[in-house]
Amino acid sequence: MASLKELRNRISSVKNTQKITRAMQMVAAAKLRRAQEAAEAARPYAARMSGVLANLSAGMEGRDGAPELMVGTGKDDTHLLIVATSERGLCGGFNSSIVRLAREEIIRLQGQGKTVKILPVGKKGRDQLKRLYSDLFVDFVDLSEVKQVAFSNADGIASQVLSLFEAGEFDVCTLFYSEFESVVTQIPTALQLIPARIEAVEGAEDESVDLGGAAYEYEPEETDILKELLPRNIAVQIFRGLLENSASEQGARMSAMDNATRNAGEMIDKLTITYNRSRQAQITKELIEIISGAEAL
Amino acid sequence: MAEKLKFDLVAPERLLMSTEAEMVIVPGAEGDFGVLAGHAPVMSTLRVGVLDVSGTDGNDMRIFVRGGFAEVTPAGLTVLAEEAVPLSELDAAALDQRIKDASEDVQDASTDEAKSKAQAHLDQLQELRAAV
Repeated sequence: MASLKELRNRISSVKNTQKITRAMQMVAAAKLRRAQEAAEAARPYAARMSGVLANLSAGMEGRDGAPELMVGTGKDDTHLLIVATSERGLCGGFNSSIVRLAREEIIRLQGQGKTVKILPVGKKGRDQLKRLYSDLFVDFVDLSEVKQVAFSNADGIASQVLSLFEAGEFDVCTLFYSEFESVVTQIPTALQLIPARIEAVEGAEDESVDLGGAAYEYEPEETDILKELLPRNIAVQIFRGLLENSASEQGARMSAMDNATRNAGEMIDKLTITYNRSRQAQITKELIEIISGAEAL
Repeated sequence: MAEKLKFDLVAPERLLMSTEAEMVIVPGAEGDFGVLAGHAPVMSTLRVGVLDVSGTDGNDMRIFVRGGFAEVTPAGLTVLAEEAVPLSELDAAALDQRIKDASEDVQDASTDEAKSKAQAHLDQLQELRAAV
């Protein structure tokens, strides 16, 4: 049995840990609110963008000359996986679950004999993937200096992806990130960016407008607009993914730290009971020694 | 005029403005066009330029926009801009900086296509600088 002093030290060290985890939980809660606000504020743009694209692409269907970004290169030999994770740890299974999803996809694709390339965004995912797939990395996007994800960050990633696409480096591009469902649930998601899979984003339904039978006039031509919009759409999708990711990260961290605080509390209770018991036992032992010593006289 | 035009200005980060206006002049890629209530549905990309908003009660606004597109539907006008700054917050020095960046882009451009694109961007900026 540990001595009283050792027990006391353990109790105080667990108490210190609890203080840290509690502080981290509160910080995560505050950041989560901001991240959620940012994600919500970005929704109108994404919703309108996808609404417009859906309109345009419906008109383009079956026509020649549709941009490759929409219809693809006609092959699917090389896949680029963008794996977006966080820059910091201590957020429960957040990073692992994104990486797991990505890894399953890599194994599936490689099983089909396809070439896989990886573009990790965020340090944690890169570290986890590095062990197995470091030879597949094309580059690495570091966001550790970024406090709040801005559109320019997403735009930078998008232009990198686009220049790779134009160089014929890959045929299909998929983004891995975590969809923010609630504080306790984050859903790791794979989103295909190229060729664009055009579907209405959440909240787009009420944005759609009845044109009253009138057709759009396009200025410049439909194909030109589409050529301009598709690259922008990729940036918007990446931006949305990053925002969802940062909200998810904070949510995951908040619940992980909440658990840790609670565990520390339980541990303190248990240790305190052990401490009191052994203190009592020692007192009893000393008393018995004194009494039996007195009786022997 | 009885009818008002519903006007939304949206940036990637957030909804910047949602208001009613008499008329909005949009710097389209192929020329400026004014939008009043009841305009025919149009979709146009934007060039670098100034959105001229004539508010309902003399509340006029001029907003610098870059990149994006405008969509006119019977419900109103929606401008999705990659960047939007009220002109009052944008001074000549900031524009000069942009012009400097843009002319560097022109020099750095490796392909002809990229070069002509950067040059067009620079021209638009210079035109704007002259107007301010």
